Amino acid sequence: MDEEVAAETRKDTEVAPALIAVHPDRHSAVVAVGPELRAFDLLTISAVSLLDDSVSGEQPSHKDNIRAIRFGAKGKLFVSAGDDKTLKIWSTQSWQCVSTVSSEKRVTAVAISNDGLHVCFADKFGLVWVVDLNQTSKDKKPTPTPLLSHYCSIITSLEFSPDNRFIISADRDFKIRVTNFPKNLLNGAHEIQSFCLGHTEFVSCLAFVPAQESPHSLLLSGSGDSTVRLWDISSGALLDTCEVAIKAGLLESNGNAEEHDHAVTDLCSTLDGLLVAVAIQSLRGIVLLSCDVSTKTLSFAKVVSIAGETFIPTCLANCSPTKELWMVTGVSSLPGYDYPSLARVLVISGIDVEEEPVVLEDDKIPGGEKLLETLQGTTSVDDNAFLAAAEAVKAAMCNLLIKKHYPFENREYRKKTRNDKKLKE
Amino acid sequence: MPDNKVNPTHSKSTGLPRKRFYRARAHSNPLSDSHFPVPLTPAHVDYSLHYPQADSSKKIKFADIGCGFGGLLISLSTLFPETLMIGMELRDKVSEYVKERILSLRVANPGQYQNISVVRTNSMKYIPNHFEKAQLSKMFFLFPDPHFKEKNHRRRVISPFLLDEYAYVLEVGGIIYTITDVEELGEWMKSCLENHPLFEPLTEKELEVDPAVKLLSSATEEGQKVARNDGQTFQAVFRRIARSDQSVVQDVKHVRFVTSDSFGSIYDYSILQS
Ligand SMILES: C[S@@+](CC[C@H](N)C(=O)[O-])C[C@H]1O[C@@H](n2cnc3c(N)ncnc32)[C@H](O)[C@@H]1O
Repeated sequence: MDEEVAAETRKDTEVAPALIAVHPDRHSAVVAVGPELRAFDLLTISAVSLLDDSVSGEQPSHKDNIRAIRFGAKGKLFVSAGDDKTLKIWSTQSWQCVSTVSSEKRVTAVAISNDGLHVCFADKFGLVWVVDLNQTSKDKKPTPTPLLSHYCSIITSLEFSPDNRFIISADRDFKIRVTNFPKNLLNGAHEIQSFCLGHTEFVSCLAFVPAQESPHSLLLSGSGDSTVRLWDISSGALLDTCEVAIKAGLLESNGNAEEHDHAVTDLCSTLDGLLVAVAIQSLRGIVLLSCDVSTKTLSFAKVVSIAGETFIPTCLANCSPTKELWMVTGVSSLPGYDYPSLARVLVISGIDVEEEPVVLEDDKIPGGEKLLETLQGTTSVDDNAFLAAAEAVKAAMCNLLIKKHYPFENREYRKKTRNDKKLKE
Repeated sequence: MPDNKVNPTHSKSTGLPRKRFYRARAHSNPLSDSHFPVPLTPAHVDYSLHYPQADSSKKIKFADIGCGFGGLLISLSTLFPETLMIGMELRDKVSEYVKERILSLRVANPGQYQNISVVRTNSMKYIPNHFEKAQLSKMFFLFPDPHFKEKNHRRRVISPFLLDEYAYVLEVGGIIYTITDVEELGEWMKSCLENHPLFEPLTEKELEVDPAVKLLSSATEEGQKVARNDGQTFQAVFRRIARSDQSVVQDVKHVRFVTSDSFGSIYDYSILQS
């Protein structure tokens, strides 16, 4: 085990942000907070009980913080993974766990190919693994195959290109790598198509702009440098940069970006690719950008603020058929408060260039109170707790992804006194 | 140039920097985060700083990874005078030494050594920041640190995953040169290259006519040390090939022949020899 990464792994990842995912046809919505998965069926308006034969009785499926959840493009599959070094693949029909995959290290990101045949996940050591879903069956535990590696970096996001030709991986070293997804998985993915370079801080999130007519898919990325960038993945060319924090009025254009107060934490695009919703670490609401696929530009559209409460989204999920944006804020645990974990769900409707976005009141949310009870756990939480939660999530993210710039003497001292060096290997 | 300031770190007789003033720790951990500037993209590499007299349209074609004290660069500089090349070195003091060494050579030999430079960086992390896709025609890995322990194999500068990045920055037909005096490491580097779908070994004949091959065991400080001790060396020299399962069939002939660049230099080399 490598000392440097291991030392960081232990102390910096104690809290995890709450996550949300919505079924592509809006059959269900899932929130992950800490080790807990909470699913709600929007067709029957009822809580879903997850069935997992690999754990006994009332045990949760995950034994540590969940770091990544997502639905497959067709909605048949759902995956969850995290710090417990397991990846769970669920059928969304039965909500049964159809396979449990073991990882050697903690899992930081997952992706499902658009044909639903492959699941990729990234581990804490920068390795990306692939699971061939054809090879999985209930009685056989699937073994993942290593695909590629970001040398000693943390992979923050994984995404398949819409045509499944490429797997895109983003890391904390400002890098986005575009790799040809191989036909023969056992040999690994050796052919790098491009690197998308230009971010000046960790890359936190990726999303594709679904462009039906355009032969080349455009990729969006958000970063700790408070920008959203648009890329041509076949060449790695940077097409446009939107300084979202400045545009949203959070930062002066000469502002001190080093504070990392305005890191972009998540983004998603609408099905027509015209609008992009962006979450920023200090913004009580979201920023909407408009994306012009023909001119390959991004421009600031508006800020949608959330009035009346402290809601800084930790994760976004787009629901295209109903033009809704689902958001969650929360944290796995909050030292100093009575809540074991926190999650608050909000929905913005009218995410469309022709409509006016509206933040829905709790009783107008699809699934209503029942949904909120299921996904949020506790119903009413003191507003200060959410502010503290946002701070805790921010601190954890900065610790994890921003490199510490120790002065030289300090570094030498750190090396000499490092505990893990003293321990016998 | 009237230079009456005596630089105590440089030899009085040769004006070259003296190695003992640039002594450094024997090994660096390539996994730890370091604090040197990294170009944001290859377009941000400051060529005017590295090669002030070179034609500004030229790009770096050769990279010496873990260049140590720079012996290879200095030999290659006159062998391929038209080619820009760079050494990458993790240790600060060592890269400073190489920089001084090149600057002194430029002063002592006006018009020469303008095509070589050095950068302090961790090549295992920042290769894509320095070179574009298919930019390089040669990469050298001479006497890299062995990292014997199994758990440290991922620190080796040749590994299956890192070869993906080297394949990315090498042009099709470009050549990767490796040599070591550690048999186990030699086996490792060779098997990594053999098992990689984007590399194939050079034939005996090709190795014979390649002037760079002759430098592998003799040009660097490490190589000379091994030679003095009559040590054995193990080399693996492979060519970047196009992907075999690609539908577009590559012009095999073009790939097989030495590139025109090294061809011209073979000519230079024979002049030097005669
Ligand atoms: C044994 S020395 C060989 C030097 C030189 N090639 C020679 O043959 O004399 C290996 C060199 O690689 C450097 N090195 C090790 N890891 C490196 C990395 N990740 N990036 C750049 N240089 C590295 C070391 O600092 C050291 O100078």
